[in-house]
Amino acid sequence: MKAFRTHTGLVAPLDQSNIDTDQIIPKQFLKRIERTGFGEFLFYDWRRGADDKPDRDFVLNQPRYKRASVLVTGRNFGCGSSREHAPWALADYGFCAIIAASFADIFANNCIKNGIVPVVLPEAEVQELIKRAKELPGYSVTVDLESRTVKDDGGFSASFPFDDFHRYCLLEGLDDIALSLQQEAAITAYESRRPQWRMTHQASFQK
Amino acid sequence: MPHPRTLFEKLWDDHVVCEPAGTPALLYIDLHLVHEVTSPQAFDGLRAAGRGVRRPDLTVATADHNVPTTDRSLPISDAIAAKQIEALRRNCREFGIKFYDIHSAEQGIVHVIGPELGLTQPGMTIVCGDSHTSTHGAFGALAFGIGTSEVEHVLATQCLQQMRPRTMQIRARGSLPAGVGAKDLALGIIGQIGTDGATGHVIEYAGEAVQTLSMEGRMTLCNMSIEAGARAGMIAPDDVTFAYLKGRRFAPHNTDDHAAWDEAVAYWRTLAGDREAKFDQVVEIDAGALAPSVTWGTSPGQVVPVTGHVPDPAKAATEADRRAAEQALKYMNLAPGTRVEDISISRVFIGSCTNARIEDLQAAARIVKGYKINQTVHAMVVPGSQAVKRQAEAEGLDRIFRDAGFEWREAGCSMCLGMNPDILQPGERCASTSNRNFEGRQGRGGRTHLVSPMMAAAAAIAGHFIDIRDWDYR
Ligand code: SF4
Repeated sequence: MKAFRTHTGLVAPLDQSNIDTDQIIPKQFLKRIERTGFGEFLFYDWRRGADDKPDRDFVLNQPRYKRASVLVTGRNFGCGSSREHAPWALADYGFCAIIAASFADIFANNCIKNGIVPVVLPEAEVQELIKRAKELPGYSVTVDLESRTVKDDGGFSASFPFDDFHRYCLLEGLDDIALSLQQEAAITAYESRRPQWRMTHQASFQK
Repeated sequence: MPHPRTLFEKLWDDHVVCEPAGTPALLYIDLHLVHEVTSPQAFDGLRAAGRGVRRPDLTVATADHNVPTTDRSLPISDAIAAKQIEALRRNCREFGIKFYDIHSAEQGIVHVIGPELGLTQPGMTIVCGDSHTSTHGAFGALAFGIGTSEVEHVLATQCLQQMRPRTMQIRARGSLPAGVGAKDLALGIIGQIGTDGATGHVIEYAGEAVQTLSMEGRMTLCNMSIEAGARAGMIAPDDVTFAYLKGRRFAPHNTDDHAAWDEAVAYWRTLAGDREAKFDQVVEIDAGALAPSVTWGTSPGQVVPVTGHVPDPAKAATEADRRAAEQALKYMNLAPGTRVEDISISRVFIGSCTNARIEDLQAAARIVKGYKINQTVHAMVVPGSQAVKRQAEAEGLDRIFRDAGFEWREAGCSMCLGMNPDILQPGERCASTSNRNFEGRQGRGGRTHLVSPMMAAAAAIAGHFIDIRDWDYR
């Protein structure tokens, strides 16, 4: 996975809760078999108006948020489909951290695998960040995973929970598959304990 | 005495390979289901790292998300979809994985064919790169959706690093009234606890209304767990479970030298949660008070009884809810206070891993029998699997649907997510038996109302939502 220590970047406010992965990356782009190139399709339907022209009101279409790399948004962000295409699109677009009051489980996990930090802050602090991002041109924050804090130049400072293991993996950019493969002996031992009647598809299939 | 454990805790304990200090548990995976959309990048990752598939024999693949549901003897017209299916075909061949290809008799939605083939069994851990993997929890399995990086992880190691989720019990008191089914129970629960009500939790469903559900009803209920934000949903295995599984192709079978089925059942009987077991959270729902449900918004939690009205956002409990409701009504083109039965629909979709099993089609066909669909409606039935399709045809259900004016299709996900040509046009309003009414889910600008199969069938005939409890069966 991609390493993450600290990141300072422009904040884009997307003030809505329950944003699902169908909105983050609509299904018509899930047919690609690569991991890259999804950024241009991020929030595809929301970036275009009914007439197919860019919707100038949508936050990511506003020039002032063009180079945003920190997204601040409503609770339960990333609910719905497990598609990893959603964090791929966010990362490809340039987002390094997402701040919300809560995240859907699978989505948060998928973010970490792709070097995006899902930062959980209390609702009031999220609202404060959204307010500042709307009011202050060029508003940016620093997300520091080592100290688990979000700070800006204007006195905002909040710490967020992040479990030690995933923090360590992100700080080091560890390959978690390699980590699991170090347990090879334990896996093999476990396999020898599995009851015989446990399905093995191919063995039964070949009968 | 060992401390009392929930069903989930027993499965968890049974599958921990090791828990090295400072890392999450390494959980063994008994069955890994694979489909065309979330797997290509995982196989590429394996190749790039020079890794193999540890247990191809515990891995099963099919194509369901983007397959056409029209005549399969024709080439796939969508070149990119064809390429994705071809990639899965090649990957399965290269890594020795069983693939139920689009022409195979077993093809179908991954969450329909797993149970149908007897691959899904109690006490198992099951994962798939699809959030509705929770469906398999109906058998007392710990089943959950994963992303593509984790698909790669399971392919390489047959394990996953997992943080232990919290536990939640949902007790459904009383019994479901006539005409109210598993789908209404699922929507009722989500309406009550919210779409993030179970985030971070594994749900165990219990209570009379759950125990009396058929296996297929239990699958519908567990399927929708993810719409409440849950990691997984599960139901303790019992005689209903065992009767469903017995004799299925990949279920254990007794032979002369090994009573594998008996051994399995004896073990499965030990899985039910202990009576004294504690949950992190317990939710009660009054099943007897539920009615056929219809969603009015763009989130499965935005739901009311068919006898109800579209709510007024001004009366929402919180500011965030009010804004969400306003946006949903704008997208759905509905006015507050509209009677649900006055909402006209132009499309009907009976399908998806939530509601396209044989009992769903039987229930819908009972409503449809002897009727014609409304002239203004375009309706389709997409069986969940080829096996469901064959059985329905053997029972003559296809005739009932066709005679009424429904299209009768080949198996796949179809208009549940519209990755194939089956989509809503902008502004079209659909009564759908699927699980998500998100903006654009069934096609850009399309408006989805989630309902049970009987409610969808009745809406096709009436041209608007109608309370099936008053239905005049022919
Ligand atoms: S039917 Fe719908 S929800 Fe089920 S697996 Fe297919 S796309 Fe996902």
